[in-house]
Amino acid sequence: MHGYANPARFLKFARPATGWFLWIGLLLLAPGLFGGLFVTPPDYLQGETVRILYIHVPAAWLGMAGWAGIAAASLAQIVWRHPLSAIAGRAVAPAGATFAAICLATGSIWGRPTWGTWWEWDGRLTSMLILLFLYLGYIGLASAERERGGDGRMAALFGLVGAINLPIIHFSVMWWRTLHQGQSISITGGSSIAPELLWPLPLTLVGFSLLFGAVVLMLMRAELAKAKFEARLRRSSAE
Amino acid sequence: MNPWPFVIAAYGIALGGTALLLFWAMRAMRKAEKQADNLKRRT
Repeated sequence: MHGYANPARFLKFARPATGWFLWIGLLLLAPGLFGGLFVTPPDYLQGETVRILYIHVPAAWLGMAGWAGIAAASLAQIVWRHPLSAIAGRAVAPAGATFAAICLATGSIWGRPTWGTWWEWDGRLTSMLILLFLYLGYIGLASAERERGGDGRMAALFGLVGAINLPIIHFSVMWWRTLHQGQSISITGGSSIAPELLWPLPLTLVGFSLLFGAVVLMLMRAELAKAKFEARLRRSSAE
Repeated sequence: MNPWPFVIAAYGIALGGTALLLFWAMRAMRKAEKQADNLKRRT
């Protein structure tokens, strides 16, 4: 991690990795989405609407993983003063916010035919909405700090405090048993979903995750190029 | 209730949102890197 504290070394990795993440992500996403839309059978209970699973679950995972990334970058900034951590946090935020918004929108669309409602103030839905608001707050705070020439510590503190919402989202389906279904897929405990329905999910999950990674790398490269431009401009005007 | 309009709307939002995000990030990266390279060449 500390090896990539040097922007030049980071760019040596980021430049080729951006393309790899993008193309491999698209290559995995294509069969995953095709399989989810046209190959898997309809669910015995939900019918065709179960196909929303293949986009809703990756969006939920990336919405939460994005904030975990912001929290890790914030910790690296506060504890080790890692020079790229503030840039990483600012790059993750728009991607995380987009996927949190996609998760809420697709969940709402899924809810209408299955639950009979677009929205319910259920624990999982509300905590996910709070995550979206946290992202918007973080984006506003981080860009205001950057404009004022600050070191981004306020945004980093906000990123760490906001991580409290992650376990709340995760355990909300156990703490408040209302409308949202309980956990049906677990890394350790297997899945309660039939394998013939489940197989496109790992493809879309990894595919969307790689596209998320590509976006983060692109935005970090943009920030580093902007910083380089500003430094050169200052140097040339001083000469 | 026909489920397909819901499925299509959900996929449209997810794919459209991801495509917009990718396009915006790529544009920001290309613009910033081009600006930095142009200044480097000039100075």
